[in-house]
Amino acid sequence: MLLKELTEANGVSGNEKEVRDIILREISGYCEKISIDRMGNIIALRKGTSDNGKKVMLSAHMDEVGLIVTGFTDTGFIKFKPVGGIDPRILVSKKVLVGKQRLPGVIGLKAIHLQEPNERKQAVKIKNMYIDIGAKNKEDAEKKVSLGDYIAFDSCYMPFGNNLVKAKALDDRAGCAILIEMIKERYSFDLYACFTVQEEVGLRGAKVAAYTVQPDMALVVEGTTCSDVPGAKEHEYATTLGDGPAISIMDRTSYSNKELSRLLYSLAKENNIKVQYKKTTLGGNDAGVIHLTGKGIPTATISVPCRYIHSPVSVMSMEDFEGCKKLVKLFLEYINKTKQEEENE
Amino acid sequence: MNTRELLTILSNSTGVSGHEYAFSSVIKQAFEEFCTSVYQDATGNIIGIRKCKKEKTYKVMLAAHMDEIGLMVKDIDDRGFISFTNIGGVDSRILLAQEVIVHGKEDLFGIIGAKPPHLQTEEESKKAVEIKDMAIDVGMDAKKVKELVSIGDIITFRSPTSCLLNNYLSGKSFDDRAGIICIIECLKELKNTDIDVDVYAVATVQEEVGLRGAIVSTYNIEPDIGIAIDVCHGETPDAPKEDTHSTGKGPVVTIGPNIHPKLVKKMFSIADEYNIPYQKDVEPGNTGTDAWAIQVTRSGIPTLLLSIPLRYMHTTVETLNFNDIVNTGKLLAFFIKNLKGDLEELLCY
Repeated sequence: MLLKELTEANGVSGNEKEVRDIILREISGYCEKISIDRMGNIIALRKGTSDNGKKVMLSAHMDEVGLIVTGFTDTGFIKFKPVGGIDPRILVSKKVLVGKQRLPGVIGLKAIHLQEPNERKQAVKIKNMYIDIGAKNKEDAEKKVSLGDYIAFDSCYMPFGNNLVKAKALDDRAGCAILIEMIKERYSFDLYACFTVQEEVGLRGAKVAAYTVQPDMALVVEGTTCSDVPGAKEHEYATTLGDGPAISIMDRTSYSNKELSRLLYSLAKENNIKVQYKKTTLGGNDAGVIHLTGKGIPTATISVPCRYIHSPVSVMSMEDFEGCKKLVKLFLEYINKTKQEEENE
Repeated sequence: MNTRELLTILSNSTGVSGHEYAFSSVIKQAFEEFCTSVYQDATGNIIGIRKCKKEKTYKVMLAAHMDEIGLMVKDIDDRGFISFTNIGGVDSRILLAQEVIVHGKEDLFGIIGAKPPHLQTEEESKKAVEIKDMAIDVGMDAKKVKELVSIGDIITFRSPTSCLLNNYLSGKSFDDRAGIICIIECLKELKNTDIDVDVYAVATVQEEVGLRGAIVSTYNIEPDIGIAIDVCHGETPDAPKEDTHSTGKGPVVTIGPNIHPKLVKKMFSIADEYNIPYQKDVEPGNTGTDAWAIQVTRSGIPTLLLSIPLRYMHTTVETLNFNDIVNTGKLLAFFIKNLKGDLEELLCY
């Protein structure tokens, strides 16, 4: 299953190759042109049926949050730093895969019996954590692992509950999976599917991809925070799981193009697809750099809600995922229709 | 039998204190390969007896506990999230983003979550999240959850065993399934050899909540020598060196009031004689293991304690070196082979 393969592939920002290779394999038969740019973005073109030169860009990022090797202890443990935004508290007592060879390792913590009572109340800092790969000493560890090796969460794709899945990196392999589907259809306009790198460290890949494509409009397909869990008040729910794809109004990096956002919302309503607005203004995504490219590009964001995002156990509803996929398709079909009508006039 | 594989199976099995029955058949089966009889007592302990050819001889009891720490359902909220409490010593700091199995009418997969980080104040995010502020998400609505899950249901961690480098393994309940494998290693070593004592292999229950299985099984067996096999703290960068032992350097043999002084000397001399690596540990009082209960059973039992160094005890990634298990099994076997004739001299003060 593609979503399983995509989420179990490791692609910490700056190291997206495993994910890129899967995507290339999936889209190769469908595109007129596939290029990989100097940063590692995939820019796939599905040529339009008309020569009007109109370009629509879909964007989903391939990278995920993770860790990177920064050193070794004399006794052969690995020191690391986070890549992207990670709450250090979720790292304790977790399994990881180190480097290209996916070497299993664990982030341990000294036993509860050895802790002082006040120690137990404090969050463990990343600088005090380390990864155990079973190395005998520093030399032994250095034979298997190098400085700068990327480290991903070790977490399998697992369906559970009421049509939910647990996996790592649903943010944004869910978006990647949707773009892979979208590129299979042909429209009147040129459709560019951009699978971007380095979103989690500052929206780096999308910036250059959008510059290359220079689209007339863009839609970012994301996995976004879903905070409908105990501890959060209802008005603090950014999105609610199972209430359909979420449409952004604004966040820290952009205002969504109002017409496009309203269009997405009304298309969903007209077609009986559950839909919600993302209710918080925190965070940001590739739309932040895409909409400021060149002379400015009308851009909107649609997201699949993910609970426990940026952890090894993010959770999404398959219903939301399917709804998101349908809505992106309806969006493209709507644009297709209006562009054709414009031409006929 | 591949004991390394068996350890993986045992560690992946679920058996929180008081609920060990879920996998007792696996242990029974493993004991049966080497024992003349195997039975389960009223408390749930599994006892395998390996009789020797001699009539009326000494009884040596080997005990390792089969239970593990875990969690228990406390409440279900009106959106289906489950609040919980701990069974045994659980550090709340290991719980966030952990995978669990809720053992309701069906086994339900779940995830431990809490207030999302972006909603927390800077002050809050520096603190460990307390168990009372966490909840398990089984991905179903409240009606369904309440149908399948009851207050008091058991919750176990889901953390399949990983193989690390150099024969290191990492899993959720090597404390003390590793001890059970040591006993099996010992029985394997004793297979087809003539020994002078009867060996009682015991997988005890409810150690984590008060050494309860050891209390009744020792009373029941009435051994002449009781040996507990448990885990001790393995060396790691964040743990005080004086509280830990090296992994991969052999079993740790405890000395102190819990331990019979002559027997432990014999254990050391056997290890030296057969070149089995070992480490010494001094415990001035309660060892916190089955050995503590065994020693004061009936009129008193000469007791020993062997431990396997284990990193990150009571987490979901407990890590050990399998060579330590093999060496512990060997040491036990050679010790037992050398219990010959009249042992009164050895056991008296």
